[in-house]
Amino acid sequence: MTSATVRKRSVKRSARGAPGGGRGGGGGARDRLVDHGAWFLVLPALIPILVLSVGPLLYGIALAFTDSQSGRTEPTQWIGTLNFQDLLHDTLFWDSFRIGLLWAVGVTVPQFLLALGLALLLNENLRFRWLARSLAIIPWAMPEVVVGIMWRLVYNPDAGILNETIRDLGLGDGRDWLSGLATALPAVIVVGVWAGMPQTTVALLAGLQNTPRELHEAAAMDGAGAWRRFRTVTWPALKPVALAITALNFIWNFNSFALVYVLTSGGPGGRTRLPMLFAYEEAFRYGQFGYAAAMGCVMVAVISVILALHLVGRLRGGEDA
Amino acid sequence: MRTRKSARAGQYLALLGYLVFLAFPFLWLISTAFKPPRELGSLHPTWIPKDPTLANFRQAFDEQPLLDAALNSLTAAVGAAVIAVLIATPMAYVMARHRTRLARAATGWVVVSQAFPFVLVIIPLFLVLKNLRLINSVPGLIMVYVVWALPFALWMLVGYVRAVPTELEEAAAVDGAGRLRTLVSITAPLLAPGIVATALFAFISAWNEFFFALVLLKTPEKQTIPVVLTHFIGAEGAADLGPLAAAAFLATLPSLVVFAVIQKRITGGMLAGAVKS
Repeated sequence: MTSATVRKRSVKRSARGAPGGGRGGGGGARDRLVDHGAWFLVLPALIPILVLSVGPLLYGIALAFTDSQSGRTEPTQWIGTLNFQDLLHDTLFWDSFRIGLLWAVGVTVPQFLLALGLALLLNENLRFRWLARSLAIIPWAMPEVVVGIMWRLVYNPDAGILNETIRDLGLGDGRDWLSGLATALPAVIVVGVWAGMPQTTVALLAGLQNTPRELHEAAAMDGAGAWRRFRTVTWPALKPVALAITALNFIWNFNSFALVYVLTSGGPGGRTRLPMLFAYEEAFRYGQFGYAAAMGCVMVAVISVILALHLVGRLRGGEDA
Repeated sequence: MRTRKSARAGQYLALLGYLVFLAFPFLWLISTAFKPPRELGSLHPTWIPKDPTLANFRQAFDEQPLLDAALNSLTAAVGAAVIAVLIATPMAYVMARHRTRLARAATGWVVVSQAFPFVLVIIPLFLVLKNLRLINSVPGLIMVYVVWALPFALWMLVGYVRAVPTELEEAAAVDGAGRLRTLVSITAPLLAPGIVATALFAFISAWNEFFFALVLLKTPEKQTIPVVLTHFIGAEGAADLGPLAAAAFLATLPSLVVFAVIQKRITGGMLAGAVKS
């Protein structure tokens, strides 16, 4: 087994089991909250989760309704929905939000299509498959900051390989990709696609290896072409994994920070200022904790709506399967 | 037969395309790391350095406290991975084996925690850690990393626990082994490779993490590698490319090595064997 298989296992299981909750075939399944022995097993993880995850989340939501600021001497006060009203008229934030959605869709969709292609290839019995598998994992193992740095070197107007290739091909002088108003966002999106491909590929590959091989062979015997086989045999089996991974990718991409922080820090002129960068600056550069928390709430709300729509789609998909 | 052959050729061509797309940025990083300044300034950069040099690496260590940063990163990543696995394994066992409301709530938290933006969590965390005087400290960062690694660790470990057949545990019970004895001598050994893999994943994600480290660590001697790397990039976006590439290359190595180790660890296929039998 390769490391790909490890991830695969977890993804496969998560796609099947997790949303439904504890459906594990437990030997000692009881319908009490937990039995005595189990408390002892659960508490060490439960306490940090409550103190450092659930607690801060609720605290964060509460902060959105206050005028909390960094380094202020007067006590923080409740101000109701004032932050949200301000936010409603904050055109800079909505610009940033629009860019965030553009980025999330622009990254998630090509990421999925490219990863699907790669997963289908890796599922074939090709030579050098091992090489491709290990290479496909590399972006995943890298720190996001390094990915950003690496692509800065690629995009560098003078010493970068991209402009050099363009010059070699006689396509002009190339340009300053990351500081051009028109090219910055597309250039950053390419990096996002590159960075997220491994997880998606590995998840889809796991899904592919779940598809019934006999069904494939039977369809081939009946004279079904490659496309037809994909549509009638592969896709139905792959669909749950595909929906799960695109949903996660969308969320991760919408919340992403490090890549763009390193590549452009939100520039030029805010063209790549994702909502996370905006909220980060608001909170830790200008110290507006309450206002930044309100931005976080709006981001959660939008993601929840999208996730809910997605789940509805997923349930529908379950009906025809 | 002929169409099959051309289809195969197409597949290899596509695979080549993928390989080029996935590999070239990394190769370019390596190439840049070994180039002397004169070549970096040239308008016609080449793939293979004409005069490969290690000067960039030396300069990178001179410019930024890379060794301190690596030590901080190592402490944070090892601490977070060990603690996360220690507390997640028992919980994952309960989540996988007991159909309780708590298990369901925990699974719900695992899913939901993927969706909330870090900015909503980081502000309260920042305030809480500040009150505990754990800002700008590696232990404070470890606490955050543990909780941040938990959803994924639980996710993986629940899968590994489910892969251990309950029949094995029941058989041990029939043979008269107590619950603790069953856990220690039957379940734990079968779970070990999964636990190691989970710990290594947690290590990698903590080693690579940037956002929390950026917010929580203020002074250079406390900062982790990803944060220190960004110091190579100046205010105007100008950077000394050689040392930047050299440092970035070094920072990636631990993650890549750990990934390779995971591959080997899993080859044993201990779990797979037990499930099949």
